[in-house]
Amino acid sequence: MKPNSFMNVSRRDFLKIGGGTTALVIGTTFTPLSFVGHVRAAETPPIDPNLFVKIDVDGLVTLTSIRVEMGQGVRTGIPMILADELEADWDKVTLWQAPGDPDKYDPAGKDGQNTDGSRSTRHHFTVMREIGAAARHLLEMAAAEKWGVAVEEVSAKEHRLHHAASGRSLGFGDVVETAAGLSLPEGFKPTLKPASEWRYIGKDMTTIDGFDMSTGGADYGGDYSMPDMLIAVVARPPVYRGKVKSYNDTEALKVKGVKQVIEIPALADDKPAEFRALGGVAVLASNTWSAIQGRKALEIEWDDGPFTSHETASYDDKLKASAKGGGMSIRNRGDADVEFGNAAQVVEADYFVPYFIHTPMEPPVAIVDANSTPVQIIAATQAPNETRQYVAEALGIDKANVECRISLLGGGFGRKSKPDYVCEAAILSKAAGVPVRVQWTREDDIQNGFYHSASAHCLKGALDDDGKVTAIKYCGAWPSIVGLWNPAAKTGFGIEYGLGLIDMPYNEVPNIRIENAEADIMIRVGWYRAVNNIQHAFAMNSFAYELAAAAKRDPLDMLLEMIGESDEMDLGKDGVEEYWNYGDSTDIWPIMPNRLSNALRRVAEISGYGEQMPEGEAIGLAVHRAFHSYVAAAVRVRLDGNGGYSIPRVDMAVDCGRYVNPEGIRKQIEGAVVYGNTVATQGKITTTAGAVDQSNFHDYPVTRMNNAPMDVQVHILEDFVDLPPCGIGEPGVPPVAPALTNALFVASGKRIRELPIGDQLKG
Amino acid sequence: MISLMVNGEAKQVDVDPAMPLLWVLRDELGLTGSKFGCGSGLCGACTVHLDGKAIRGCVTPVAAAQDKEVTTIEGLDPEGNHPVQKAWREINVPQCGYCQSGQIMSAAALLADNPRPNSEQIINGMAGNICRCGTYQRIYAAIELAATEG
Repeated sequence: MKPNSFMNVSRRDFLKIGGGTTALVIGTTFTPLSFVGHVRAAETPPIDPNLFVKIDVDGLVTLTSIRVEMGQGVRTGIPMILADELEADWDKVTLWQAPGDPDKYDPAGKDGQNTDGSRSTRHHFTVMREIGAAARHLLEMAAAEKWGVAVEEVSAKEHRLHHAASGRSLGFGDVVETAAGLSLPEGFKPTLKPASEWRYIGKDMTTIDGFDMSTGGADYGGDYSMPDMLIAVVARPPVYRGKVKSYNDTEALKVKGVKQVIEIPALADDKPAEFRALGGVAVLASNTWSAIQGRKALEIEWDDGPFTSHETASYDDKLKASAKGGGMSIRNRGDADVEFGNAAQVVEADYFVPYFIHTPMEPPVAIVDANSTPVQIIAATQAPNETRQYVAEALGIDKANVECRISLLGGGFGRKSKPDYVCEAAILSKAAGVPVRVQWTREDDIQNGFYHSASAHCLKGALDDDGKVTAIKYCGAWPSIVGLWNPAAKTGFGIEYGLGLIDMPYNEVPNIRIENAEADIMIRVGWYRAVNNIQHAFAMNSFAYELAAAAKRDPLDMLLEMIGESDEMDLGKDGVEEYWNYGDSTDIWPIMPNRLSNALRRVAEISGYGEQMPEGEAIGLAVHRAFHSYVAAAVRVRLDGNGGYSIPRVDMAVDCGRYVNPEGIRKQIEGAVVYGNTVATQGKITTTAGAVDQSNFHDYPVTRMNNAPMDVQVHILEDFVDLPPCGIGEPGVPPVAPALTNALFVASGKRIRELPIGDQLKG
Repeated sequence: MISLMVNGEAKQVDVDPAMPLLWVLRDELGLTGSKFGCGSGLCGACTVHLDGKAIRGCVTPVAAAQDKEVTTIEGLDPEGNHPVQKAWREINVPQCGYCQSGQIMSAAALLADNPRPNSEQIINGMAGNICRCGTYQRIYAAIELAATEG
């Protein structure tokens, strides 16, 4: 990634606006769809306010939602930015959800509308402001023309155009027809509002879909239908890369409502899984229940394939042994091994985090009509463009002939970035000759998912006579996500290294060595909310506490001393040639240890860390940088004396730079604490003979209200608010588990080195 | 044919009497506000009222609803202004929103049964409804608000 590429790209493309070919039409009587059709017919540059803003003659502003909503608040936050610069009144704003078409709806040109990686706000903050300001200027030009005055004398404010000199004003709708005939001047550069004039950015906004979500009116993937649609439920191989050997559908076809049984072919052995359909046997019925009953009636003999030796006990042992044995160096500073020989004390600790699965409340679901031209998809997908690509491949057609509309998502957490379920619907629709909705059950979601990788971590630290940390060596082993494309891979890759490992922030430690040891990939591994940051934050923050305990020092002081106050950590000095940095330039989003220290110090102050605690109570701290944000957690625990505990309070300090919707941030972080609590205490996927053992929420428990932290205080830090926006959807999760286990360590003396906590405090 | 009273309207459905009420509502009657989350009565996304009591639609055979009053999220209040719904908006509860129909139906039944629940009663009463976005704090606050204003 070239430095400043985001800024350069958006600027360059933006300046094309107003060129001779721009047919700038602010819609008058067009519906959003025909409006887009009109723009398509025109010879337009890649970015045009037309595609993001529509204003009707009655003044109603329709903003295009360019990202996918899965609970992270992006349908509220991104339009807030646009509305603010446009000077639109939020009460007169409605949304239109863009389909998957990055040529038109990816104005930052960075991520093809793929909504994951906590990218939406940070990649679209500037470009959305520019688009809003351009549309505002066009309205000002129209008013100026109507009044016969210079455009400089006109200003837009609160959904009206004002001419201060004469006291005249017009509503947005009043100038639409004039604006429709105008183009922005050659070389136009938008003038952005100063922060002091922002009406929405930085202010609390409730979710734009709140009414629909409280009345059953919000539509998710399974709430859409197509004429003559059948509903399919698929029996998939229980073991990764397994296949159907034979099947008998006689009984299945007798189930009332069942119409067809269709085999989805397994992938060729030499074809990597990527996001392709797993294969299996599908039962198609006129309703979901019949399809589920029909699947139960299928008799299938499976060829379990090459991964039946994937057994949790032996596999976990192998991972741990691999990490213990060391691996290839991915970052090196000084000479840690020499330092261990000189140390007053050497501390070693091994950590383990198991496989998890996403379990969004809405299991994967998609509808495809593969027999229309173009092929029509309506899917609960985070990645509409990749969905088109993989469906096109599954059908053997060109991606240009596939259209993808997006529903609201009932949670995503990374699962719905992977469109295998949409491919299934496409294959079945083609074979059945009708539109097909594929509905995954909860059992399917848990047993045939893309698992958060299990991982082993061996850490070793050197302390000098003063209790200062002089060396840290970290070796991690995990089955890599890259296995989706390269099943033979034994080690991770730059993206996984960049998820909180290679950027271990203990910048003041003079000797650092980070290694990646080998692991076999024996299941579909995929990204999950916060991805590898979860285990890296767990291992590092736990180890910091272990080092402090060995040195008989306060862990906060220890952490602050190791992290330091530098405003940039340059990994290049430690031999890292390519640091991923979440796909972004370190010129814009450097690694800033001072922001980590600040967040940690602030959360310690707010939480009452260091104050006298009643017996059996303690506050545990953790801090982590993820997706450019700096989040510190202070979890307070109270032991119950019987191996149990409660969490009376959690404080979260969040430094995400410039922020748009503080209410949205609080919600994301509150939710991240609950998500992190599941990670810490409950989630664990195991396998027997290659098949996943868990099947539903009874044996894959997640946090409920009766075991959730119920007092979560979110503190949005202003100290670095003038720096660019950072991610929010994921960064709250990683510090939660280590802050909790650190609190339990202080309160009970018991060190939890393996997640989930489960019954480890008992006995 | 099975006769149902759904949101005050008489309905006839020609389905297997074992078909869970959830699928009758969603696939046969087009009432998609009730959601599918687990199919086993473990998550509460499908919660509806049967004669005023919260039940899990995904494990309740439609035959069990014969001649009884079924209320779904669509029928909780004609304008969507049940005190629980208003409180949900006031507290800005939903993130993805998928589980919220079931959460609201559970909360409405809880408050109908016990208009002034204490903390333990709220938490125990709502423990059957999972929210993976983690909106529990706000659900709790909204129930307290609805209890005060309802």
